[in-house]
Amino acid sequence: MSKAGSGAAAGQPLLKIQDLHKRFGLLEVLQGVDLDVARGEKVSIIGPSGSGKTTLLRCINYLEKPSAGHIYIDGTLIGEKKVGDRYVHLTDRELARERQEIGFVFQRFNLFPHLTALGNVTVAPIRVLGLSREVAELRGREMLQKVGLGHKADEYPERLSGGQQQRVAIARVLAMQPKLMLFDEATSALDPELIGEVLRVMRQLADEGATMVIVTHEIQFAGDVSDRVIFMDQGRIVEQGPPRDVLGRPSEARTREFLKHIQDR
Amino acid sequence: MLDLPEIYTENIHRWLPELLYYSLTTLKIAFFSFLLAVVFGVLIALCRISHKRVIRTLAVCSIEVARGLPIVVVLYIVYFVPPQLFPGLDWSWFDDFTGAVLGLGIHGGAILAEVFRSGIEALHKGQREAALSLGMTPAKAMTHIILPQATRIVLPPVGNYAIGLLKDTSLCTLIGVNEIMNGAKSIAFSDYQPMAVFVLVAAIYFVMSYPLSLLVRAMERRMRVAH
Ligand SMILES: Nc1ncnc2c1ncn2[C@@H]1O[C@H](COP(=O)(O)OP(=O)(O)OP(=O)(O)O)[C@@H](O)[C@H]1O
Ligand SMILES: [Mg+2]
Repeated sequence: MSKAGSGAAAGQPLLKIQDLHKRFGLLEVLQGVDLDVARGEKVSIIGPSGSGKTTLLRCINYLEKPSAGHIYIDGTLIGEKKVGDRYVHLTDRELARERQEIGFVFQRFNLFPHLTALGNVTVAPIRVLGLSREVAELRGREMLQKVGLGHKADEYPERLSGGQQQRVAIARVLAMQPKLMLFDEATSALDPELIGEVLRVMRQLADEGATMVIVTHEIQFAGDVSDRVIFMDQGRIVEQGPPRDVLGRPSEARTREFLKHIQDR
Repeated sequence: MLDLPEIYTENIHRWLPELLYYSLTTLKIAFFSFLLAVVFGVLIALCRISHKRVIRTLAVCSIEVARGLPIVVVLYIVYFVPPQLFPGLDWSWFDDFTGAVLGLGIHGGAILAEVFRSGIEALHKGQREAALSLGMTPAKAMTHIILPQATRIVLPPVGNYAIGLLKDTSLCTLIGVNEIMNGAKSIAFSDYQPMAVFVLVAAIYFVMSYPLSLLVRAMERRMRVAH
């Protein structure tokens, strides 16, 4: 597959979203989103329920097909390719190759229940990257250790707590060594006392320089970890900037209202 | 009055070997048509969830047609119709046993297709999405993530189907297969001992199907523990 344009031209964003629209029937959930994320940048997306945050993340790795607009990772179009001056959809195989570079952490973990923690972490490196079992397990154990679960390698997901499951899910993504990681409310399915352990792992990844787009309701975490906070409402980016601006002294009324609403909870 | 013990002591040495021989045919039909049904079932189920509407529609039609027909009708059609449609071909290889396996296999494929499909659809769509997001193609997601899980879900209903199939092989009598029911009928009426013979046949069917029942029970128990 052509990696033309990747070459990481200095200053070229790792993720580039151009005028992204997504409709479900008559409902236009994304109404023209433009977003650049630099290599190593941490971007948090906040916004009320139904504002299109999940849909935006799902479009980035093409679990959802955009209705209009284009997405580039490292200069490579995602989900489509340009033939002449037309855009055509990628084949399953081409799309799968692109998705390898984008890690997705789901709200509900979505671990594979028929595989152990180690099995979850090694299945894609073995089946997708073609690593040998030995190499994949070495890498897998390392990733499990990294999320503090080295001792749970042989447990099945049903025997793990929610926080542990989500950490395995993060290790599973790390084992693919993605260029970009997407987190969709990674902690909101967790009991309050388990949230901290997952946020700690995410913070550690951030410190190591991963490029992350984080949809979250944890405003304080967003403020601590992100280089930039984006406030979305009704399918649009309403406001963005450094956390101390967007969270501290937002310029838009809707942002202020949302933050007040969240703090009152 | 019928004195069953005496009748059995006198005749069992003749009846039992013969009936056991015929029951082997019953087992063979059940075994081969089961394999065929599983293969057809997987194929039809995959067509049923295909993205191509034409393929999906064809699968639905074949399922509905096969489910709507009595097994006997399927057996008759499969066994008697092809030679009539293509009289020019050599049909000597196509004996009643082959017809029985084919008929039960086709009918079972349609039944199992629905079992398999519901097993696949019972999985949360998050499983497929997680697999795709890790860079698996839809085919790999199916092979390594969906099917292994769906297999566990469908084992008990497939086991129940197998038990039913074992009993349905008795219908093959009607296209002339010499399975246990056919054998029993001829012994019963030539020896004028319908009661003794059919009770014996019932016992043999039970001995064949009960282990399967136990197996299905065990699988159902394990499923409950696993959830
Ligand atoms: N597959 C779908 N079909 C139809 N409508 C959908 C679909 N997915 C999402 N929507 C709708 O799109 C809108 C945006 O949903 P989305 O999940 O992106 O919001 P969100 O910002 O992630 O909200 P939340 O904070 O509740 O997770 C909602 O109105 C939702 O009902
Ligand atoms: Mg959401």
